[in-house]
Amino acid sequence: MEKLLSRYAMSALWMGRYIERAENSARLIHVNDTFARDDRGTQNWRPMVDLNADGERFDARHAETTAQTVLHFYLLDNDNPTSIRAAVRMARENARTLRPLISTELWSQLNVFHNQLAGLTPADIAMPRLTHLCTRIKEACQAHTGIVEGTVYRDQGWYFYFIGRYLERADQTTRLIDVKSHLLLPRAAEIGSPLDIRQWNAVLRSAAGYHAFRRVHSRGLRPADVVAFLLVDPAFPRSVIGSLRQVNTLLTELKSRYRLRGGNAAMEKIDEMLAALGSWPATELVRSELHEFLDWLQQDIGAVYLDLAGDFFDQVGG
Amino acid sequence: MSDSNLDGAAARTGLLAGYDPGGFFDEVFGGDPISRGAQQIIDRLARFDITDLRRRASDAERELYNLGITFLILSDRDAVDRILPFDVIPRVIASREWSYLEAGVRQRVQALNLYLHDVYHDQRILKDGVVPAELVLGHAHYIPAMQGLDVPLGVYVHILGVDLVRDQDGVFRVLEDNCRCPSGVSYVVENRYMMQRTLPDLITGIGVRPVDPYGAHLHQALCEIAPAGVDDPRVVLLSPGTYNAAFSEHVFLAREMGVPLVEGRDLVVIDDRVFMRTTDGLTAVHSIYRRIGDDFLDPEAFRADSMLGVPGLMRAYARGNVALANAVGTGVSDDKAIYAYMPRIIRYYLGEDAILPNVETHICREPEGLAYTLDNLDELVVKPVGEAGGYGITIGPRASRAELNHCRDQLLADPANYISQPMVPLSVCPTLTDTGVEPRHVDLRPFAVTGRDTWVLPGGLSRVALRRGQLIVNSSQGGGSKDTWVLG
Repeated sequence: MEKLLSRYAMSALWMGRYIERAENSARLIHVNDTFARDDRGTQNWRPMVDLNADGERFDARHAETTAQTVLHFYLLDNDNPTSIRAAVRMARENARTLRPLISTELWSQLNVFHNQLAGLTPADIAMPRLTHLCTRIKEACQAHTGIVEGTVYRDQGWYFYFIGRYLERADQTTRLIDVKSHLLLPRAAEIGSPLDIRQWNAVLRSAAGYHAFRRVHSRGLRPADVVAFLLVDPAFPRSVIGSLRQVNTLLTELKSRYRLRGGNAAMEKIDEMLAALGSWPATELVRSELHEFLDWLQQDIGAVYLDLAGDFFDQVGG
Repeated sequence: MSDSNLDGAAARTGLLAGYDPGGFFDEVFGGDPISRGAQQIIDRLARFDITDLRRRASDAERELYNLGITFLILSDRDAVDRILPFDVIPRVIASREWSYLEAGVRQRVQALNLYLHDVYHDQRILKDGVVPAELVLGHAHYIPAMQGLDVPLGVYVHILGVDLVRDQDGVFRVLEDNCRCPSGVSYVVENRYMMQRTLPDLITGIGVRPVDPYGAHLHQALCEIAPAGVDDPRVVLLSPGTYNAAFSEHVFLAREMGVPLVEGRDLVVIDDRVFMRTTDGLTAVHSIYRRIGDDFLDPEAFRADSMLGVPGLMRAYARGNVALANAVGTGVSDDKAIYAYMPRIIRYYLGEDAILPNVETHICREPEGLAYTLDNLDELVVKPVGEAGGYGITIGPRASRAELNHCRDQLLADPANYISQPMVPLSVCPTLTDTGVEPRHVDLRPFAVTGRDTWVLPGGLSRVALRRGQLIVNSSQGGGSKDTWVLG
């Protein structure tokens, strides 16, 4: 049976993670751009910084949190490791390592994507062109996904790629909920206010979930329903439960197909998370409880990665 | 004009109307008589429209860039991908010429392997005074650890790249043998794919010999040298990693062979056996195509500061538990000082003259060579023996008085470090330039793969100096490449 170099497994996982990260960031910027034109104006950009836990690094570079500085930080800043440019550059560096395994189309598309981002100027992130740019980035990520689906040989590397992608997606969705419930609305009294509802609406849209949510809940928009939808609706492609189930399925198949010994500790942690999500209360949680729960999920997702790295990569990487 | 025009006059019309090789041998027009295939190519080329050809050329270069068929240039801040510029007009080698070249390359492979075996065993050639012992044993690339070590099949140079130039009379001459890690073969294969996409109307039906079996031949040779008793040897390609200038080529070769591309950190030696780290633990490795120089191969045996190598690899190699291609220590056969002795080496082992002559070479460590060089400095090219990539060369006819004096001082200070050669008026090939189709100087690097047998890739890498009058074709000096078409 064909063996896979540990280093390739690690690169495949990270390529999946970085593209997922780039796509999520583009979604977030796009929605933020649409909804930031309300009465709160530029205040709407700060949560994006907090979501990525980038506050400290951001403040070291920029005196003010404005649309312009945040956009620069997440789109153009070469030195910011959480910028889209950096994510795509890292995806491409991992793809470079994986070139012996991946299709030429996959490498070529990432190359073109990277070169396009490298050529961006401040004019490209100015308001009139920002929507166009976000659309282009999302489309490039989706083209990448399509190329992976259609051209990549489904060996071990393919499994690691998708494990990385779904781990990242689960993590991003928990952060999205956390920022909205914990940071976006500082006072508990405002829960259910028009502003609160408008923000949840934006969160749903940035996760491409608004219309699907409407099909499930055709009237009204209760914050508890949105949280449940994002966390535990298995049919929603970006839900935490759906993403973790994917990781579980991929790991199970990977282990049995290639008779790999590792991965057990990771699977136990995923089982715990799935069990907790499976018994998700329909009633509203107190905000602090929700935050604690999301925090626990994020830490466990991080621990799953470390288990996988220890078992399969023999190093942590990233 | 039609494809059946075989009058040999090589009429230049259309795109080629003003073309003038300017007294140099021409790789397309120079055949006497011009071959049927070359004439067909000329006729077709002549009918191309320059705007169309330029558009196709720029499409091709963009495609190479997008495909990442690049080499890396490291700057202070970034690693910048550059493509090797690609010229769309092919270089043509007639069938008869190729038979001769192929025989010449095979002869060199045979002689080089016998020579290396001798150097690392009985050293008869040194004892007989054919090659100065101090030249070999004092050589930076002489590896004492190889002394007495038997390599599989007696083959040291599994992959040979021979640099050839063609003089004004159309005679191919050897400029250099590359016996360590010759590079460039991926461009040969990729250029062909590119030509088939870019100029299908030029190549169709010409009968150009295929170059794509290279990977299969290389894999075969690597399996043949694997340790005895291993049924299904695991072959890997060992690369310095993604930031190596030739990484694209390493990827290409690993893919063509269907073997893992590994770095030193992926391998580990336990009990003198080599393993690679996989998701399922350690897996044995039997045969390594290494694209890392001897110095960096094993920090236990060579440079202790090497981060690229595998500690203990030489122990495994010496025990015969792993095969390396090329063998360790082949550097004693590929520098410019040993090159000068190649005609004598071939005669010594094979009892025959070199099929491919050297460029006339004056060995400055020999008094008469030094005297001749000093007397004719302004007409000679003086080369340091240890440099590659066109560095450190003084081209007499183009040097200033001060440069010549500097060169003279260096020669007198360390004559053994230099050889000199007449300036070879390199052949030219029609090339697409900003000012139309013009002659540009080319060289040729054929590749030979040797396991039990030797296979020579039909053609090789044609490098082209893109600047008018430029004689140095190296990519580090702004050179590009062309597809090489061996006919019928």
